[in-house]
Amino acid sequence: MAATQGKGVRWALWLPLGLFAAFVALVVVGLLTPKNTDIPSRQIGQALPAFTLPPAADGQPGLAAGDFQGGHPRLLNIFASWCVPCRVEAPVLADLARAGVEVDGIAIRDHKADLAAFLAANGNPYARIGADDISAVQLAIGSSGVPESFVVDAHGVIRYQHIGDIRPEQVPMILQKLKEAGQ
Amino acid sequence: MMAELGLCALWLAAALAGLQLLAGGLSLGAKGSDLAGIIRPVAIVQGLLALAAFGALVLLFVNTDLSVKLVADNSHSAKPLIYKIAGTWGNHEGSMLLWVTVMGLAGACVAVLEHRLPQRTLNATLAAQAFISLGFYAFLLFASNPFARLVPAPEEGNGLNPLLQDPGLAFHPPTLYLGYVGLSVAFSFAVGALVTREVGPAFARAMRPWVLGAWIFLTLGITAGSYWAYYVLGWGGWWFWDPVENASLMPWLAATALLHSASVLAARDALRTWTVMLGVVAFSMSMIGTFLVRSGILTSVHAFAVDPTRGAFILALLAVNIGAALAIFALRAGSVAEGERFAVTSREGALVFNNVMLTSILGIVLLGTLYPLVTEALGEKVSVGPPYFTPTSAIFALPMLLVLVVGPLLRWRRDRLARVRGLLALPALASAAGLVAALVLGVPAGLPLVGLALAPGLAVASLLPLKGRNLAHAPLPLWGMVAAHLGIAISLFGMACDSAFSQETLIAAREGESARVGPWTVRLATVGPIAGPNWTALEARLEAHRADGPVHTLTPQSRSFWAPAQTTPVSALLTRADGQLYTVLGDEVRDDKGAPTGRWQLRLWWKPFVPAIWLGGLLVALGGVLALLGRVAADIRRRRVEEKIAFRRNHPKGEQ
Repeated sequence: MAATQGKGVRWALWLPLGLFAAFVALVVVGLLTPKNTDIPSRQIGQALPAFTLPPAADGQPGLAAGDFQGGHPRLLNIFASWCVPCRVEAPVLADLARAGVEVDGIAIRDHKADLAAFLAANGNPYARIGADDISAVQLAIGSSGVPESFVVDAHGVIRYQHIGDIRPEQVPMILQKLKEAGQ
Repeated sequence: MMAELGLCALWLAAALAGLQLLAGGLSLGAKGSDLAGIIRPVAIVQGLLALAAFGALVLLFVNTDLSVKLVADNSHSAKPLIYKIAGTWGNHEGSMLLWVTVMGLAGACVAVLEHRLPQRTLNATLAAQAFISLGFYAFLLFASNPFARLVPAPEEGNGLNPLLQDPGLAFHPPTLYLGYVGLSVAFSFAVGALVTREVGPAFARAMRPWVLGAWIFLTLGITAGSYWAYYVLGWGGWWFWDPVENASLMPWLAATALLHSASVLAARDALRTWTVMLGVVAFSMSMIGTFLVRSGILTSVHAFAVDPTRGAFILALLAVNIGAALAIFALRAGSVAEGERFAVTSREGALVFNNVMLTSILGIVLLGTLYPLVTEALGEKVSVGPPYFTPTSAIFALPMLLVLVVGPLLRWRRDRLARVRGLLALPALASAAGLVAALVLGVPAGLPLVGLALAPGLAVASLLPLKGRNLAHAPLPLWGMVAAHLGIAISLFGMACDSAFSQETLIAAREGESARVGPWTVRLATVGPIAGPNWTALEARLEAHRADGPVHTLTPQSRSFWAPAQTTPVSALLTRADGQLYTVLGDEVRDDKGAPTGRWQLRLWWKPFVPAIWLGGLLVALGGVLALLGRVAADIRRRRVEEKIAFRRNHPKGEQ
């Protein structure tokens, strides 16, 4: 038997160590690569779908896809008066508006009276607010909940999708995205 | 004070591990060493000191000493006592302390109990055990100190993740840890045997009870973990191929293979190299699994304590431990004499085949778990899930189960299939009956159908080794094998039934309304508030009945914890002999304006025979217990006989 247990077998004995070395090399690469769990939105690079929404608040225009053509990048905010995180987000949007950002809103499944109360209580940073009573536009642009925000460039192309409320610490990041969209 | 005492005990234990390694290493020299005599006592004291450190941490949690950072981060004064205790290991530092404690105690047990191996091999084994422990002590003391103070102490702790506030958590991690870390003993035995070139039946017999013990705990841990995920997560599934589940499955697969190959080595002196290899691989899988989960390198639902620094530390530890063991294996295994030969058709042949199948499944699972890492290194993000794992592991599991039917009936060394053909008629008949029944019930072609056909045959076949034996005198390990194989059959049946026959209903019901799921009619009687020790909940009262059967009440909850603030569903289960009714209460449905509508989301499942999955798992573990008892009893008997012989030799008749 000693004869058949030749070099082939001896070589195979090193195989486990070789495989293990490959494993260690793989995870070292994995550990050194900075972890990025963000999955970029598929909407990025897409043009806004065609839509025209009636005004949601008295004394303020509604919103259409055409409003995003020309000029400068805008922030499109999907919100609702019945959404609690939107209430938390309102001061942050106000900060953005004060910083010169044009914020447009789409109010989802809302009522004029509720919305007016919401805007009165939390401030109104919006240039225009469209009423999307059946979530049709919301679904068409790939938003699955409220609040969500989109950075839309001067050609009506989505450059960034932000899911959930914008936190105060994220304001510089949003401003940066808007700046990049304007270049 | 308690924290300082604990830390002190931990440092002392680490120092003793160093001494144990030194003495063990020196004793292996050509002349031996005077220090060899201290190895056993040092190993015992080291284990006790680790236990003392762990005990100190448990006390800190019981007293909710918030000046200790770990307690403040993971506990809360309003938590029930059992979860305060469970909180000790419900976090990274505490669980690593549990890890070294189990490892130290395992080494102490080897030092106390093991008397059959040559002294040199035992010394090498304890040195190897100390070497591994030392690394983990360093990890705890330098990178994960569980006793670190927090100044100033906070008013109140952060609480424990509500999902972990479940009786299952009190037992699941310690059980798994006993399994994971118990395999370290097999690892050390393998290294010790390689270093001293003592790979033979004596080594296999010495290692086997440890492997059996660890394997029993792994089996119980996986079974309990699966059931916990099933009822706590409220998704109704029992296995998700999540990296953490895979991390527990891989050592189990390796340990199962090791168990069987160690039996071949013990009984027939064959498979020497292979058994040593598996001894190294089994514990390596425990460490690799722990690393993958703790380093945050993989995305997992269990991703607690994700920290790349710690990941690097564990990686260094496992690279040194496993790398050294595999290098010793490569250098020494060539000089391990080949064991006995055997024919392909033989008990050994069947065991080797299934060993290869188990190892292949292990490879499949490891590859699938690591694959996202490979593609990410190449710049592509993927996730690997059941569509990969289930069919690819079935490719190897099904032939394995078929061989499992025949293998235990074969004789050692050489046999003919013709001899057992008559015996196989019974399982074949049972399988045919299962297949026909499944087809009549309309199960489509696929894995569940194969499972439903295979399970009855396997169940009958697992009992055949008892045929023709006097049951009262059948050895315990034989009973163990029968129970474990029957458990596999029962589990398989449960899995196939769950896939083939589960029914689900999702409704929004008002109080008083009813819904049907499978044979059950479920009525939502009321929804009302209820308060617990550290939570409040909305609880639904569901009244379920079948045809004209009695009405059973189920009370699923939507539970809101306030420390930390988190809402989690608590499912309610009704277990009958033929299955489980599984109910989950969701949120109240809101209308367009967000006003409550008085309608509640209810998720109902009827899962025929699903408890068989876990009953089978328990039976497999019971099989392990029977085998272990049998082996230990045989050892005690053998030692007594040896003592008697030695006594007679030393006291010849004339001297009496």
